Amino acid sequence: MSLLEERVTATHRRQLLRTMLLIRRFEEVCAELYSATRIRGFLHLYVGEEAVATGVMSTLRPEDAVVSTYREHGHALARGVPVAAIMAEMFGRSTGCSRGRGGSMHLFDAGTRFLGGNAVVAGGIPLAIGLALADRMRGSTTGGSDPVTACFFGDGAVAEGEFHEAMNLAALWRLPVLFCCENNRYAMGTALAKEHAQTDLALRASSYGMTAWAVDGMDVLAVEEAATRATEEVRGGGAPVFLELRTYRFRAHSMYDPDRYRTKDEIAAWRAHDPIPALQERMRAEDQLDDDALADLEKEVADLLAEAVATAEEGPLEPVDELTRFVTSPGGVAADGLA
Amino acid sequence: MSAPAATAAPTTGATTTYREAMREAIREAMRADERVFLMGEDVGSYGGSFAVSLGLLEEFGPDRIRDTPLSESGFVGAGIGAALNGMRPIVEVMTVNFSLLALDQILNNAASLLHMSGGQFNVPLVIRMTTGAGRQLAAQHSHSLEGWYASIPGLRVLAPATVADARGMLAPALADPDPVLIFEHGSLYNSSGPLPDGPVELERAAVRRAGDAVTIVAYGGCVPKALAAADLLAAEGRSAEVVDLRSLRPLDDATLMASVRRTHRAVVVDEGWRTGSLAAEISARITEQAFFALDAPVERVCTAEVPLPYPRHLEEAALPQPDTIAAAARRTWE
Ligand SMILES: Cc1ncc(C[n+]2csc(CCOP(=O)(O)OP(=O)(O)O)c2C)c(N)n1
Repeated sequence: MSLLEERVTATHRRQLLRTMLLIRRFEEVCAELYSATRIRGFLHLYVGEEAVATGVMSTLRPEDAVVSTYREHGHALARGVPVAAIMAEMFGRSTGCSRGRGGSMHLFDAGTRFLGGNAVVAGGIPLAIGLALADRMRGSTTGGSDPVTACFFGDGAVAEGEFHEAMNLAALWRLPVLFCCENNRYAMGTALAKEHAQTDLALRASSYGMTAWAVDGMDVLAVEEAATRATEEVRGGGAPVFLELRTYRFRAHSMYDPDRYRTKDEIAAWRAHDPIPALQERMRAEDQLDDDALADLEKEVADLLAEAVATAEEGPLEPVDELTRFVTSPGGVAADGLA
Repeated sequence: MSAPAATAAPTTGATTTYREAMREAIREAMRADERVFLMGEDVGSYGGSFAVSLGLLEEFGPDRIRDTPLSESGFVGAGIGAALNGMRPIVEVMTVNFSLLALDQILNNAASLLHMSGGQFNVPLVIRMTTGAGRQLAAQHSHSLEGWYASIPGLRVLAPATVADARGMLAPALADPDPVLIFEHGSLYNSSGPLPDGPVELERAAVRRAGDAVTIVAYGGCVPKALAAADLLAAEGRSAEVVDLRSLRPLDDATLMASVRRTHRAVVVDEGWRTGSLAAEISARITEQAFFALDAPVERVCTAEVPLPYPRHLEEAALPQPDTIAAAARRTWE
């Protein structure tokens, strides 16, 4: 079955729905844990944007790399970073995916080639260029395929100089990068039109001479279809592609944000396009989902999360005498990173 | 206690320049390991803005001697990404002044990724850049900011002062699993000296001249000045020991303290500004670790607290000089 045919099957759609539900419920649990002061730090929720991570990641292969931001729970979950390890990281435990040293904003996982978790806006974009450059220079050492580096960032990042430096490098050197711009219309409290002279972000990317187009980021099937086309183009020609994924976050920027810059009406209007019920409706209409199946799915996700919280909270804390571990590598022999 | 013999690398006897030594080190590294490549502004056809990479493009081609656009943050970040993904990049930044545009990548990514990822992602990257004044290039091309980088955990910071170190430091820097910054003082490129035979040790400071009356601590472009100051003092019958730090992070406390315990006096020379300088750190360490061995307060000779001026007389007045170093040494005997 081709990817396009595969996408209409019930099993595949169930998988997409499960991933989106997992992200949504994971973050709802995190918000509760945060309010109960059981987890701390900054917490940036992705609620409303689940279709983006889910649709893009479902087109990636194991050898591809992912570079993300501080709003990355959804990216990490969709990429397949183990749920328990992410939850343990939220609790700062040594069983966390970054051994507790990163927290919510710095999830890392070598196993799934997930490279963070960058909390400096646009700071991860040059890294993605380098990952792709290395793939190019090393040739196909990953089993004959051409790996892609998927790089996520927000509309706010498009205003940073690093973004433009990296776009120029990627286009100039024709690097295999999939740029995934999550345009949720706000950078913290600054609306798109207040941060950009040209608000058509795909248009701006195309000025670098790369393929770029905008996608409905509230529709997981549309995202997946666009990402499939895009990754095929990146793998085939090696040149970068830019996707502007038009989406919206239903919750505030972070747990500290009183959300004064948006109207209730605006939020409600976007909530009407919630990607999770949208997919459910579509599946029901095509006889791919019923109440029982949905209840089963919800229960499966809830059980997984309950177990993740329980094991996370019981997980060991890194001993304080390990504080300065991992500042430099032990032994002095270069590990080969992702190679 | 008797003074140690000055440390010198074994040599082949041949003489070359600091520039050629650095070029030879890059050439050798690229021949030895196909993961190594050089990337930076004008490293290709131009040959590098200090002519270090002249001729390498012909030998290795544009893929591995890779010209970049003027995008310090972009290509330093790309170097980090390439290092994360199995390559061994050498990134050249024209001068430390411009490296500030890449400071985010160096500090927030290169230096932090290993720790932030709980040990999963190390960054085997070498970044080379020039530093220092002395060529009348005025404020935006003359500053010495390597001391700032030396305060960042997760980085190794090297300052080759001799041809031997310019030749020998790159290979061990590339073998290091973590990011290494190499600061080449712009006034040293034309200096010449004997070629070493094999790699040098990164960890240890080197005693460049043995003496027993005062320890002069210096690094990079100030080492020749410290040696010149020692000549001035020798003419007065005082023997100064000159310690070349070589590694600014980590600092070799053992060699430093052993020297101070022998001489009981210390002058720290640093081309950085005095406030918050590396010299301040070294002075504090001497006080912490060897206070009771001291016969006089630690002296510091640093750059005057001004953006470096263009005219020669003002530039010279701003920088540490052999006579100001010698004068500081004399104060320790008063
Ligand atoms: C370089 C930098 N400047 C400022 C901040 C503070 N900050 C954190 S998130 C954010 C908004 C980013 O917006 P966007 O890129 O659109 O991503 P979103 O939060 O919408 O996902 C800002 C300004 C930062 N983390 N990094």
